[in-house]
Amino acid sequence: MKHDYEIAVGPIHPALKEPILLRLTIDGEEIVDVDVIASQNHRGIEWIGMNRNNPIQSLYLAERVCGICNFCHPSNLVMAIEEIADIEVPERAQYIRVIQGELERIHSHLLWAGVAAHEIGFDSLLHYTWMVREKVMDVLEAVNGNRVTKAIIMYGGVRRDIDEEKAKLVRKMCSYYREAFNKLAKLFLEDDTIKKRTREIGILKYEDALKLAAAGPTTRASGVKKDVRQDFPYFAYPDFDVHAITPDELLGYTVGDVYDRIVVRLLEVKQSLEIIEEALNNMPSGDIIAEKKLVKLMAKIKASEGEAVARYEAPRGEDIHYVMLKQGYEPLYSWKIRAPTYINILSWRPMLLGYQIADIPIIAASIDPCLSCTNRFAVVKDGEEKIINADYFHRLSIEKTRRLKK
Amino acid sequence: MIPKAFKRSLWVFHINSGSCNGCDIEIIAALTPRYDAERFGIKLVGSPRHADVIAFTGPVTNDMKDKVIRIIEQTPDPKVIVVVGSCGIGGGVFHESYHLAGPIDKLYPNAKYFYVPGCPPRPEAIIQAFAKAWEWLEEVEKK
Repeated sequence: MKHDYEIAVGPIHPALKEPILLRLTIDGEEIVDVDVIASQNHRGIEWIGMNRNNPIQSLYLAERVCGICNFCHPSNLVMAIEEIADIEVPERAQYIRVIQGELERIHSHLLWAGVAAHEIGFDSLLHYTWMVREKVMDVLEAVNGNRVTKAIIMYGGVRRDIDEEKAKLVRKMCSYYREAFNKLAKLFLEDDTIKKRTREIGILKYEDALKLAAAGPTTRASGVKKDVRQDFPYFAYPDFDVHAITPDELLGYTVGDVYDRIVVRLLEVKQSLEIIEEALNNMPSGDIIAEKKLVKLMAKIKASEGEAVARYEAPRGEDIHYVMLKQGYEPLYSWKIRAPTYINILSWRPMLLGYQIADIPIIAASIDPCLSCTNRFAVVKDGEEKIINADYFHRLSIEKTRRLKK
Repeated sequence: MIPKAFKRSLWVFHINSGSCNGCDIEIIAALTPRYDAERFGIKLVGSPRHADVIAFTGPVTNDMKDKVIRIIEQTPDPKVIVVVGSCGIGGGVFHESYHLAGPIDKLYPNAKYFYVPGCPPRPEAIIQAFAKAWEWLEEVEKK
């Protein structure tokens, strides 16, 4: 009698991702069922924001929801509270916020491209991509004072200005990436190995993407033209011509596989460069913050009451924060974060079903999860337990690449 | 220190016990060409049984507590743990949360700890911590 294996993947992964548990049912090499168990990374952030912190402290807590997209979460919180407390933001601050958001998108997409290359065993490309990425990290450090967490956004504006000297650095970075872009596009899109490992792999159909309400590049790669910057522009985005990028712009057709997700992310890096340059050229002069004195600002927030929902197009997809304030209550009265990965992991199921074990790393990575995929799992066959670790898993993936090359 | 250090290369296993990814990407950044820790032979390995040192991030959530301890116990003696980031050292911004079991040095005291403060620390600081761990390991070896 045929019987299926159950494989538990996670929650500790050797490389870089966060803990999560995937339970896969395997028939030979083929994946027949997928279950996702996520709670290992629960740090009680919303609870801290509603009990311990005042709203300004919560900004820096929101940055630490995710260290990679650490601009989108505080941005959402700021947008929601600005709506409740009726804080008017200066134009120049809105432009600086746009630049910050796009810088983050470039760094996040390049980071992802490197991880994707690593997952199919193409480590030299991982190193090349991360070397290219260091350029934007340098600019982030020059503009914000820190490489990763930016601590730049504040209720009613931003904390640091982008003056002419810094703008020069950002412009230099843009021209550097324009040159690097062609090489990266050639490496990622024309390489035979990458094509073989990503074409027709992990397909998410247009209907499934709509049904599962996938967000960001994951849904756009399936042909859904959805982008918060285009549909519900925030900050200074109404001034820019942002459109949702789908793979047919480059290729003329959409498959919805892992390759298409690479295409979308690469094109988005290019789009971000255009937005940054346009923002630098048209930046209005004036103040960068509405209320400089934090005590006054705090008093204003404490005196306001109401609720608001903010939406932001993070590098991984749409991020939503719900905030409620109550008069006289210092911390946030209610705070709910819905991060993009939360809905995107649902699309793992249709993506993984029917593909091979060796494809799990690249498919799981293709939605750019803020979570992990593998390390060690046990195969239980007739009560006999055999432990397989990530090395074996990674080797399987590399072997498949070699097999395809022959 | 460098000529002596080349005697053996340091293999690292990375554990994420619920961190925000900030330190995790900086650990990878330390390995990639700009900082290039791999030129010293420092590299990430896929199994804790191969590791000389553990790179530890995150404040240890309740869910991860037993898993993290199980992984640490699988590494060979002497156990050396480099705690990267403020939240691994004392909870950082997440202190007082109801879902934290850490910090790790309270949960697992029988190991040599090296701390890298920062939220997140710079790649240079991370490499320096590994160099310190390396020196300590070589001294232990001499004895």
